[in-house]
Amino acid sequence: MAERKIRVIIAKPGLDGHDRGAKVVAQALRDAGMEVIYTGLRQTPEMIAQAALQEDVDAVGMSILSGAHLALVPRVIDLLRANGQKDVAVFVGGIIPEADVPELHKMGVFAVYGPGTNTQTVVAEVQKAAAARLAE
Amino acid sequence: MDIPATALAIRRGDRLALARGLTQVENDTPAGRELLSLLFAEGGQAHLIGVTGAPGTGKSSLVNALAAFYRRTRQVKVGVVAVDPTSPFTGGALLGDRVRMRDLATDPGVFVRSMAARGALGGLAHTTAAVVQLMDAAGYEVILIETVGAGQSEVDIVRLAHTTLVIEAPGLGDDIQAIKAGILEIADILVVNKADQPGVENTERALMSMLEMEHHGFEGDPTHWIPPVLRSIASRNEGIEALAEAIQRHQIFLKNSGEWQRREAARLKGELHVLVQELLVQAWQEALPENAYQQTLEALLSRQTSPHQAAQDLLRYTHR
Repeated sequence: MAERKIRVIIAKPGLDGHDRGAKVVAQALRDAGMEVIYTGLRQTPEMIAQAALQEDVDAVGMSILSGAHLALVPRVIDLLRANGQKDVAVFVGGIIPEADVPELHKMGVFAVYGPGTNTQTVVAEVQKAAAARLAE
Repeated sequence: MDIPATALAIRRGDRLALARGLTQVENDTPAGRELLSLLFAEGGQAHLIGVTGAPGTGKSSLVNALAAFYRRTRQVKVGVVAVDPTSPFTGGALLGDRVRMRDLATDPGVFVRSMAARGALGGLAHTTAAVVQLMDAAGYEVILIETVGAGQSEVDIVRLAHTTLVIEAPGLGDDIQAIKAGILEIADILVVNKADQPGVENTERALMSMLEMEHHGFEGDPTHWIPPVLRSIASRNEGIEALAEAIQRHQIFLKNSGEWQRREAARLKGELHVLVQELLVQAWQEALPENAYQQTLEALLSRQTSPHQAAQDLLRYTHR
């Protein structure tokens, strides 16, 4: 029996075309031994939720720089729930105003990472959130 | 996991059940094995199409275009299994094939699963065949299997797929690459993708001359398949219809010549062989007294016994 690897999607919803941050996080998670599914730019919430479903991921990370996070994130979370993936851990990175962070937490986002976040922090927290799901 | 319920849900087309079942199968868990056993009788229906070739030849784009074409023109459900390499240093993997498969992202008749090779060297993961089996049982009629792109050793795909496409692109190497690379011999269909790039004629000519050498004397023999060489530009959907036709011709050839059944039989025989080996080793390990292995190893290290004698000594413990 093989060991269970943590599977994470790193997605870029919305229209901004800047994915450096997403790639840095994807690489850090890969280097921590996770299997990271990278979906590329300009993904709709439907595309992200379908990928999360088909790939049976433990966590979904979204990088948003466009300012549309309060519209995009709840849509993805609703679709994940509608598909039966209530237990998937969701985190967000990018340019997120401080004032919006509590709102995102309320929607069920377990962490919000701004520019300059240490990737080791991201790795440790994703590991912890995914471990909770794997323990089921 | 309620395994019989999951099996039923997978048969009904429940995508969440399939996704979770695939995880069990990919990790080779007891639940995954039981699931495959329950669904085994349902399988064997799908046309398994392997897609292999060097990195940068456009395998993912071609899979995207081909799957989208099948969805547009036939009423078939399409499964995709895309394998990417695992880092040997960290055990992690970046699975990026979905970036090129945008057209399939929200089609309810398509199921795309990315897999990390997890240390396997033949271009597929150890459990790729099992993952494909589960998709087959779930009713996916065409399953496209994209290998790791390394170019010279992805021969595992031949044992799994009915039809193997080898993807080349102009300008990747001189003519000698075409002769050297063992993967050309595994091709049922050769595709020169990126056919709008300079050098396409050279690539095509190199492939043709190699094919002529290999299949000389078989021209016109209906029992002998000569791989066609096709051009495509996957990013612009060009050459996809001709490719789909060639794949269909190959499927008909396999069925008419009895090769389909032969490949099926060879595959199941290979799988049985591997499983028997695994189970024997497992039974032997369980029957082995605690110190026996260490003692034999020490005798070997001090050259009191040879490796062959040592193996014979240890095999005494097989019979429980």
